[in-house]
Amino acid sequence: MAMGKNEMLLRLDRVTKRFPGVLALDSVSMEVRAGDVHGLTGENGAGKSTLIKILTGAYAPDEGEIWFNGEKLERLTPLKAMGKGIACIYQELNLIPHLTVVENIFLGRELRKSRRGDILDRAKMLEEAESLMRDLALNLDPRMKTGELGIGHQQMVEICKAVHSDAKLIIMDEPTSSLSEREANDLFRIIAQVKAKGVTVIFISHRLDEVKRICDRVTVLRDGRLVETRDIGEASVDDIIRLMVGREITNKYPKVKGGRGAEALSVEHLERRGVLHDVSFKAYAGEILGFAGLVGAGRTETARAITGADPIDGGAIKVFGQDVRIRSPRDSIDAGIAFLTEDRKGQGLILIKSVSFNSSLVRLERYSRLGFLKLKAIRQMTEKIARDLKLRAPDVETVVGQLSGGNQQKVVIAKWMLTQARIFIFDEPTRGIDVGAKVEVYNLMNELVANGAAVIIICSEMDEVMGMADRILVMHEGRITAEFGQAEATQERILYAASGLAASGEGKIA
Amino acid sequence: MAHEREAAAAGQEAKKQKPRKNMYSVGVILSLILLSLVMAVLSPRFLTVDNLTNVASQAAVSAIISCGMFLAILTGGIDLSVGSVLALSTMLMGVVCVNHGVDPYLSMLLCLAVGGGLGLLNGLMLTKMSLPHPFISTMGMKMMARGVALVITAAAPISIFPEPVQFIGNNYLGPLPISLFLVALLYACMYLFLTRTATGRYIYAVGGNKEASRLSGIKVHRVLNLVYTLSGFTAALAGIVLVGRVNAAYPLAGQDYDSDAIAAVIIGGASFFGGVGSIGNTIIGVLIIAVLRNGLNLLNVDSNYQTFAIGAVIILAVYIDVLRQKVMQVGRR
Ligand SMILES: Nc1ncnc2c1ncn2[C@@H]1O[C@H](COP(=O)(O)OP(=O)(O)OP(=O)(O)O)[C@@H](O)[C@H]1O
Ligand SMILES: [Mg+2]
Repeated sequence: MAMGKNEMLLRLDRVTKRFPGVLALDSVSMEVRAGDVHGLTGENGAGKSTLIKILTGAYAPDEGEIWFNGEKLERLTPLKAMGKGIACIYQELNLIPHLTVVENIFLGRELRKSRRGDILDRAKMLEEAESLMRDLALNLDPRMKTGELGIGHQQMVEICKAVHSDAKLIIMDEPTSSLSEREANDLFRIIAQVKAKGVTVIFISHRLDEVKRICDRVTVLRDGRLVETRDIGEASVDDIIRLMVGREITNKYPKVKGGRGAEALSVEHLERRGVLHDVSFKAYAGEILGFAGLVGAGRTETARAITGADPIDGGAIKVFGQDVRIRSPRDSIDAGIAFLTEDRKGQGLILIKSVSFNSSLVRLERYSRLGFLKLKAIRQMTEKIARDLKLRAPDVETVVGQLSGGNQQKVVIAKWMLTQARIFIFDEPTRGIDVGAKVEVYNLMNELVANGAAVIIICSEMDEVMGMADRILVMHEGRITAEFGQAEATQERILYAASGLAASGEGKIA
Repeated sequence: MAHEREAAAAGQEAKKQKPRKNMYSVGVILSLILLSLVMAVLSPRFLTVDNLTNVASQAAVSAIISCGMFLAILTGGIDLSVGSVLALSTMLMGVVCVNHGVDPYLSMLLCLAVGGGLGLLNGLMLTKMSLPHPFISTMGMKMMARGVALVITAAAPISIFPEPVQFIGNNYLGPLPISLFLVALLYACMYLFLTRTATGRYIYAVGGNKEASRLSGIKVHRVLNLVYTLSGFTAALAGIVLVGRVNAAYPLAGQDYDSDAIAAVIIGGASFFGGVGSIGNTIIGVLIIAVLRNGLNLLNVDSNYQTFAIGAVIILAVYIDVLRQKVMQVGRR
């Protein structure tokens, strides 16, 4: 690929896209230089995903032109876009879980022993896959089934697949939102390798420090319009935020220190064979308790076990001093525990239903009189929380699947906020949410604890736990390995405990 | 590969827009009117009072069954056993009522209870035995119930029912069959149930996403059991209407009703993936099939060709829907 550093690979000229009631993209013109890692940011619903879906042919633009590699792209279809060398890694991965890494990489373009025969050349494919992975410095057994890989590794297999298909442009829509820091670092290394091969990358993320770190240039969208494209050297994180939200955000973690109240939740000797071992902790009213650890350390599993989503093999749970038996999510909700799951599409939302349908789903019977639903009350309540959360949707009867990713997450938050529980467990609550909206969510958490609720947050972003939690528990391989107060928590100490090395010395043992 | 799936997802998303929902209603109603006009032109007998009441009373049975089928499809499932459940529950009613002289009202209650009970079994096979899909459980039930229905009288029909059993199926209020009022009442109740009660919403929720529903505290198993029980119940209710109309219970009754009900629900625009559909459109679907069958009868078309025609209509209806989505996509270009 003999392209000069300043040649344009991609040019959008006044691209406009409308959805019923929404102007998703408003005459956007931008250019992407060949060989760059080009960042794309903006608030939830700014139009980032729409833009890339237009590039991949999933949506057709209403107006405007797309030029790629010196050629005007017209009537683009997904297949055509792939043929031109545009690959995209969506947030929902598209690998086939029961096929191996090699089979996935070669899917649809398998090598055959003879030109016309249909016998696969497995040895050759394995060899090519191995050499490709060596090229990208990716350490992985290509014979593993992709379903057995962690989400981070799956993403890398997708990248291999894209590189192998001779993609000139790889687009990644929020690739790091479901990765741990370590996995994200691996991803950045691979991106660097891909870039070294001359491939251009468009990188979408709400984590601006990442954008700052790996991108050459960055484009900011707001309300479907292009605000600015800058060289990364000329844009600080604060600059980017200002371009995104149109104002300064001085305090990213608006922590309000409150007093610790009564013991809200007590978990004793929680066991789940092969998953959780002797997990014991307490959460207090008026306090935010953070769970830190690597992806797969057992934090989500702990939450699922407490709330009856998974069966347990032993342990006792007390809610405000009362023994409770929780055998199903229903029991947990009845006991006053809300559990906001991390996987919003699979477990959090009914995508084909409206915002108000989803927000009112838990404890729906409370909104009925004489057996009939009070539809107006439901609508008003939803409208209020939608305003509080600054939800961007035409109205509360909009189908959730039509909202942008971050706005879908807000609906999940709204749904659990409305349950009026006394204990809230938030699993990765700010995943995919923009910087401004994050602050709103943190403020809501502050409000919850101020009103006497106990809040537990599970999050992989270290800054977030350290910024918002009064107390931090660290898990490793299904055990709690350390406990820190907000003052004593440092990134090093948490990481140390998260890798299972804190059995003695560092931190207090829980 | 990834692109295509995402594109499909985008298409799905587009499918769920609000204006489109109403457009679909308008579409099916127009199709019904158009079909009726064609029939009226082709056969002068079509628009006679006699014939229309005939269509109505035939459609009544189908409409009642389709009600339960709609619920099953709404949860992302299906109930293949409705025709057999109808046969078995009415045969049992015949045995106790006609052969053993049990009180006719009690016999009808028994019929409904048997229908509901068989439906509940369908549900339990799904929720307690964890059979992978209701296609399997209800197909098994379809064959078992039909088998038993044939065995109890060695395949002989039972006839001459007392007046109370015949009441709904055989009587008229002015020119209108009583069964029509039953259908109207049933659909009105079902409409209120689905749109205005918590349980009704839970049915949509379970059809939309079972895991999210469970984690939201919905007792998914209870909802599924209820849905299949209702489906069995409506099949038995339809059976009472049918027995009243022909004054006999046949062990082979209701064989076409499974597929007619599925067809009506699908033509009515319910999604096979669950969570999407409206009961109001289902009744239009029922009427389309009833008019089609009646019209072909008037034109003396052989019943085998009728079966062919209904099959073609199902495919056509779904295909038109697919085409319209494509047109809307292209319109966006
Ligand atoms: N299929 C659709 N139908 C209707 N509206 C849509 C559809 N897809 C997106 N939109 C709307 O277009 C706007 C832009 O959405 P988009 O998904 O591009 O935002 P985004 O920048 O990716 O946001 P996020 O950071 O939350 O992922 C939003 O208001 C969204 O509701
Ligand atoms: Mg997005």
